[in-house]
Amino acid sequence: MHPKRKQKLIFILAGLALVGSAVGLVLYANTENMSWFRTPTEIATGDYVIGQSVRVGGLVKVGSVARADQGLETSFTLTDGANEVKVTYDKIMPDLFREGQGIVAEGKVVEGVLVASEVLAKHDENYMPAEAAEALERAGHPMGMGINQEYKEQY
Amino acid sequence: MWTWFHKWGSPKWFYDMSKPWSFWLGLLSIITLSVGVVWGLAFAPSDYQMGNSYRIIFVHVPAAFSAQSIYMGMAVLGIIGFVWKMKMSFMMAKVLAPIGCSLAILAFITGAIWGAPTWGTPWVWDARIISVLVMVLLYFGVIAIHYVIDNQTNADKAAAVLTILGTINIPIIKYSVEWWNTLHQPSSIKLTEKPAMPPEMFIPLFIMIFGFYFFIGYLSLVRGRAELLERERRAGWVKDEIKAQAEKY
Repeated sequence: MHPKRKQKLIFILAGLALVGSAVGLVLYANTENMSWFRTPTEIATGDYVIGQSVRVGGLVKVGSVARADQGLETSFTLTDGANEVKVTYDKIMPDLFREGQGIVAEGKVVEGVLVASEVLAKHDENYMPAEAAEALERAGHPMGMGINQEYKEQY
Repeated sequence: MWTWFHKWGSPKWFYDMSKPWSFWLGLLSIITLSVGVVWGLAFAPSDYQMGNSYRIIFVHVPAAFSAQSIYMGMAVLGIIGFVWKMKMSFMMAKVLAPIGCSLAILAFITGAIWGAPTWGTPWVWDARIISVLVMVLLYFGVIAIHYVIDNQTNADKAAAVLTILGTINIPIIKYSVEWWNTLHQPSSIKLTEKPAMPPEMFIPLFIMIFGFYFFIGYLSLVRGRAELLERERRAGWVKDEIKAQAEKY
């Protein structure tokens, strides 16, 4: 390569590396703020501001969903495997809400219970045909546990 | 190989060769996109959780994927333009910007349509969505530079500087779903691992991704030809070409 061209290329790449590392450091320093939700472990260790809204993400613990006889009031437990947070919610749940599903709940923590004002479903990266999921469930594989009754009736 | 690339740097060669190339790329894109759409929407199985609503993946993923590839392509073209002083390289970067911008916006629209029933919201300010929004704003910046700066050489250089600096955002988009907690799920298609879906779902998805690339190739060559005539309007061969075309009609 022509020395002048080489010099230019090195100049561009060095400039890019410099600005890139500056951006990288800023992002690294703000790791906590970059995350859109907190984990149940962070809530359990008190890593949140009392009286302020907080988002908690985790899996809905199997067997923890309890619906009120009347109204929409639902309570469930979010878990990240290590710690748990109890959540109450009184609005319509997203379609994907079910036991074992990843959920993000936003609200205020009142006496250790998250009183949610919004509940969103988090989808994972796995896609599976409905028939395959049913076959897995028949075989007793945990992947199939996410399918709820309504879905099976619908399809 | 290198001489072949080098030839595309000649305006006359580009003008002559882009015509058959755009025809074949256009034909390929029609075939792959129609096969991909019919396969994805009608024959691929429905998802066990999302039912049929997941089918928007066949547009969402190719759009998001190619919008990022175009951005990287524009940056590489910018570097080639600076280091090897190839004007054609800058020209193609300019031509690609509106295509990439439209695809990024398409990824947003399909993402919102998908998110509304699945997540329960069309939009959240999580790291993935913010970083893609930054890419759209960078695209707007590149397009705006070309509108605002009249001098072609200055506009090309300013746009290339912005594009090259903006590539820092591309790994942030890619890894945002792994580095931070986001509502957006991690990638289903990974370079090193098997896709997180069965073949009857990812084969139509790959066909759609190829279809998008063919279509981008077609579109950029057609746009490139128009831009080339505009830029080289004082060159002898362009005057001859226009005269020859005028005599035909």
